[in-house]
Amino acid sequence: MKYLIEIKRRRSEKDEPYFQTFEYETELESATAAAALAELNRRKPLRDINGAECERIVWECSCMQKKCGACAMVINGRPQLACAAVLNEQKGSKIKIEPLSKFPVIADLYVDRSIMFEALRQIGAWLDEEKRAGDKNNELLYEASRCLQCGCCLEVCPNFYSGGDFSGMAALVPVSRLLEELDGKQSRSLRKQYGKHIYNGCGKSLACRNICPAGIDIEKLMVNSNSVMLWKHLFKK
Amino acid sequence: MNRINIIGSGLAGLSAALTLAENGMSCRLISPMPSERAQSVMAEGGINAALDTMGENDSAEQHFEDTMKGGVFLADPNAVWGLCSDAPAIVNRLCDLGAALRMQGSSPVLRNFGGQKKKRTAYAKSSTGKILMTALIDAVRKYEVSGLVERYANHRLEELIIESSQCRGVKIKNIRNGDIIPLTGAVLLAVGGMNSLFPGLTTGTVINTGDVTAEAFFKGAELYNLEFIQYHPTTVSVPEKRCLISEAARGEGGRLFVMRNGEPWYFMEDKYPEYGNLSPRDVVSREIELVKKESGCGNSVYLDMTKLDSNVWKNKLSDLRDECIELLGKDPAAEPIEVSPGIHYFMGGIGVDEKHRTNIKGLYAAGECACQYHGANRLGGNSMLGAVYGGRIAALTAMEENRQEQQPEEKTDIIKGDGCPVMTESSISAEAAGILKDSLGIFRSEEKLTKALAELSALYENESDPVMKKRLLLGRAVLLSASERRESRGAHTRTDYPDRNDREFRKTTVALYKDGNVVVSMRDIPVKRGQADEISDRDKEKKV
Repeated sequence: MKYLIEIKRRRSEKDEPYFQTFEYETELESATAAAALAELNRRKPLRDINGAECERIVWECSCMQKKCGACAMVINGRPQLACAAVLNEQKGSKIKIEPLSKFPVIADLYVDRSIMFEALRQIGAWLDEEKRAGDKNNELLYEASRCLQCGCCLEVCPNFYSGGDFSGMAALVPVSRLLEELDGKQSRSLRKQYGKHIYNGCGKSLACRNICPAGIDIEKLMVNSNSVMLWKHLFKK
Repeated sequence: MNRINIIGSGLAGLSAALTLAENGMSCRLISPMPSERAQSVMAEGGINAALDTMGENDSAEQHFEDTMKGGVFLADPNAVWGLCSDAPAIVNRLCDLGAALRMQGSSPVLRNFGGQKKKRTAYAKSSTGKILMTALIDAVRKYEVSGLVERYANHRLEELIIESSQCRGVKIKNIRNGDIIPLTGAVLLAVGGMNSLFPGLTTGTVINTGDVTAEAFFKGAELYNLEFIQYHPTTVSVPEKRCLISEAARGEGGRLFVMRNGEPWYFMEDKYPEYGNLSPRDVVSREIELVKKESGCGNSVYLDMTKLDSNVWKNKLSDLRDECIELLGKDPAAEPIEVSPGIHYFMGGIGVDEKHRTNIKGLYAAGECACQYHGANRLGGNSMLGAVYGGRIAALTAMEENRQEQQPEEKTDIIKGDGCPVMTESSISAEAAGILKDSLGIFRSEEKLTKALAELSALYENESDPVMKKRLLLGRAVLLSASERRESRGAHTRTDYPDRNDREFRKTTVALYKDGNVVVSMRDIPVKRGQADEISDRDKEKKV
């Protein structure tokens, strides 16, 4: 199978972006965008379809199997993990790869997602006191522990923008674990932060519903956290 | 203030950072990516502790015995006793941090795992690493805000600063712009395995290159037991790597078979009736390769999970099933999955003592990068335990040894980079990788190892890139360690020395870079003492 991989490139944030196309051939039916990028970067020298010598493609990658969120990017218009984007499941043999657009670009497909981690610090996403998870809400706590912090949900969110008050589902998911576990004083302050950084900003478009590469049931966590914030905390032990 | 520089932010690094912060000591947590991208999030099956919540009369003593036996008596028994006796407290603490392990009431449910007869493995489906990491990341975040933990989330180690046999600090590089930052203070390495030596053949990440281990070796750190590389019996090939099918699959009832004369032969159950499919990983991997060569047998081994109960799929392995469907296009509940051994863990690594000190003062190591606890073969469920416990012990030692120490004034003169992201090759060349793959498989021999050493030396001479050169040096140390161990034990099987030889080789293999040469020697294993001794005495009594 032969693919044309078109990549949006940029040497640094200050430089103008441009597109470069590469030919990629593979016998593997399960070849992914990540496999293509890894193979292109092994070429010495790397040449585009016009034969021009190119610099290696800058992108982030760690586990290569959907467990770490490093390789999130926009592939044929859809934010997804490159390691899960099977090429022959895409429309046509031309694959367009761009960096996530809601974050500052460092170079090529490598973006600075530190605002996601900063948001969690700002919200105060931790347990002040030890709190053992019991079997009662095990499934919900498990689900809320699975966020990859990849940023795909923020990419499709009409309400999220860098520098805004709204931190999006990438904050809701981890915070929903803590909201479920906490009671007392810290619960009050976390509920307040939840209101400010998550609840108030969410337009309930649910654009993020089917985008999570980890398949987290975002709606369920949102419904639960919203109800904890509004009334359910009154009935906690 | 004295600050500890922790390199690596996976389970061991986070555990160390949390330990230091809870004791009021500051640290820097340095890693090329955030903790969410660390290899620890990939750990699947569970974490061992003799919590005895399943009414099987389990105990720390039995955990100790299984761990020593699984590692074929090569681990430091005192360190292993520390690990096993502390394990229940470690897992309880993780529960108290809110980790969403599978619980019954307020106690973790335990599952069976390889090389252990008692249910001892706490879990969260087959995503245990991710769930523990989430709890630890949240716990450490609190101290990031208070200032005790300073994160450097896009930096990698450039150089260890060693002066007169003491580690004085590190130079780290900002991978986004190339800036080099010198930092003083003791250094705790928690950098994982050496995946860059085996591209495409491991189940781990591409960021766990082993470069830091190579740098430590280059600077005089001793590396122990490098020849012991764990081939996990059940992995599958996916683009660019091997993908793990968790041991939990067999822990919950999965069976291995090969087609023999047209019939499935459940060879592990026939050959190893005691542990069957849940024999230690070294045993299972070796058998998988051997049965393929037996007469009448096919060349493929399958993992049969089709008889598993629907509740098991729903509550314990739903993620594993989804993964098989997605990655392989096969539903393991409906058809057996073809599996083969793949590199999963490095038992060897940076040599540390019981307190996680290396031979260089001020340099500590924990987690997979350190050689501790697992001997010649690691038991499933002991790696996460070793990482959390080892990170904690290393941090306590570093704290004890550096709290009072007067340090030279911090220099902060940053060497400016060119402003462009730093790109490093994730592995050694295809040629070098081929050499290591052929010689360091499950079955090894002097002939192959000697040939590989010569070929790798030639590549080393012609290599000019300093990072690649250090990787090849590390590769050389692995080959030499494998060559010097002229016996078969655990994950190291020599076709030319098929027997275990305790007299000469129940020892630690020590590799050292000295005067431009890699030197390998054998060192005695520490003698049991205290509680560990009592166990062996009790053993003797039983035998009498």
